[in-house]
Amino acid sequence: MADEPKPAPPKPAAGAPKAPPPPAEMAATPWEGELPSALKEQFGDAILECSSYLGQNFVRVAPGAAIPVLEYLKLEQDFDYLVDVTAVDYPKRAERFDLVYILYSFARNERIRIKTRIPEGYRPESAVSVHLTANWLEREVYDMFGIEFANHPDLRRILMPDDWQGHPLRKDYSILQMDQRWVQENLGIESGQ
Amino acid sequence: MAEKTFLDSTELVLNMGPQHPSTHGVLRVILKLDGEKIIGTDCVIGYLHRGVEKIAENRTYAMFAPYVDRMDYVAAVSNGLGYCLAVEKLLNIEAPPRAQVTRVILTELNRIASHLLWLGTHALDIGATTPLFYVMREREEILNIFEKYCGARLTTHAFRIGGLQYELYEEFEADVLRFCDWFLPRVDEYEELLTENRIWVDRLKGVGILNAEDCKAYGVTGPVLRAAGVEWDLRRAQPYSGYQQYEFKIPTGQNGDTYDRYLVRMEEMRQSVRIIRQAVERIEPGPIMAKVPKVLKPPPGEVYVSIEAPKGELGYFVVSDGSTQPYRVRVRPPSFVNLQALDKMARGGLIADIVAIIGTFDIVLGEIDR
Repeated sequence: MADEPKPAPPKPAAGAPKAPPPPAEMAATPWEGELPSALKEQFGDAILECSSYLGQNFVRVAPGAAIPVLEYLKLEQDFDYLVDVTAVDYPKRAERFDLVYILYSFARNERIRIKTRIPEGYRPESAVSVHLTANWLEREVYDMFGIEFANHPDLRRILMPDDWQGHPLRKDYSILQMDQRWVQENLGIESGQ
Repeated sequence: MAEKTFLDSTELVLNMGPQHPSTHGVLRVILKLDGEKIIGTDCVIGYLHRGVEKIAENRTYAMFAPYVDRMDYVAAVSNGLGYCLAVEKLLNIEAPPRAQVTRVILTELNRIASHLLWLGTHALDIGATTPLFYVMREREEILNIFEKYCGARLTTHAFRIGGLQYELYEEFEADVLRFCDWFLPRVDEYEELLTENRIWVDRLKGVGILNAEDCKAYGVTGPVLRAAGVEWDLRRAQPYSGYQQYEFKIPTGQNGDTYDRYLVRMEEMRQSVRIIRQAVERIEPGPIMAKVPKVLKPPPGEVYVSIEAPKGELGYFVVSDGSTQPYRVRVRPPSFVNLQALDKMARGGLIADIVAIIGTFDIVLGEIDR
């Protein structure tokens, strides 16, 4: 979109370069209302950011606060359905992973995302004690990103074979990469490629 | 007390699948049995894992679109719709009305096709062979419409980011309406075969009960949730593609058992016909593509967009870093999350019922393993 000079509206600067670089970060706007203020009141400094992007609200919390926040939202604010747990890898960032919980409330018909940033090796608390559905979802995050959840009842790989080496959805795992040893031992072929 | 014999060891571990006709693909279930009673299950999945989410990070937004059809391959149109909506949201554009109406028609036709395949295979698992041949006949008509529209029958790639690739063919409306008229009496026919059938009722009633509380705890959505009495459908709760303009009923059950889930899906097919008929009347002339740049470069950001797929909530969490390729695409597959409740539903039941319970989820392994 940035290559087309005409339809790009946010270009007021006169002396700006011809093709302004696209914004490096998400252009989120602050989210204010009852829920963010209730969260801030309840958790104080652990709530790092309440924002909204394209009409979708999300809250960034300190790593240790994710599970208490999920529990509070479930018990006090009716967010009783954990839609998804997933992660995003930013290898260049000090806190390498974004851990994302997507919540929905049947009573309010509302969706929010809870995000935390965690460094490599950090063991976030499992959400299974609050939402049973987190079991397989967290197993998948562990399988794909190597994030180990503390107090998870059954933390095993789920999609990849149990003795596979490496975590495929990490950015430093190439799309052509595979576990040669596993392929040779289990499939009896030299390479899968 | 006499000496312990082998008869005292009551637990038996039985392996079911991955090559088993009623696991609907390559699902492996390890069953722990006490006599005929199931006292625990463990699912082993991943046999069809193709790394779809990893592929997405190495393709442009448009190039990845055909891949999503390979997840839930019996409802490929729904998969495509969800992905297109997510990227459109990221680009902050909307498909024009003509494209939206066409999307609704094709998606609902696909919902019927998916439910038909579910009905045929579920009945076959239970032991009723006849419905399979009937549903295949009806499904063929739907696939013919897909084929005439876009040239493909299963992995259709029917939609494009921003609208549609192809204009409707000349007799499209007539074909769709003819199908609707012809199809509704067929649903009654299936019901005549099954709904009151003594064997069918005995095999399904009270089997694999999952109540509303458990559905929410396990994140179970779609017909399984509705059969538990929760009137929740994303087409109504958070409408997309203009679903707010259509009148339709959300069928619900009371008992949350396999029989109710059967009834819910049967009624959903009728409601889909109702939606299709309304949609055909809304087809208006106009463009089929929104203004979309040739090279898609969504601004940095992330969105989660979900739709009501035939199996439940199908969500796409897409993260853009401002480049031409998605930074991360996460698919929230309904089958994967629903299957997790298998243990809860099967525990305490009989081994003969496990086939009925797996069937009633309407799982597609391509979507579970991705």
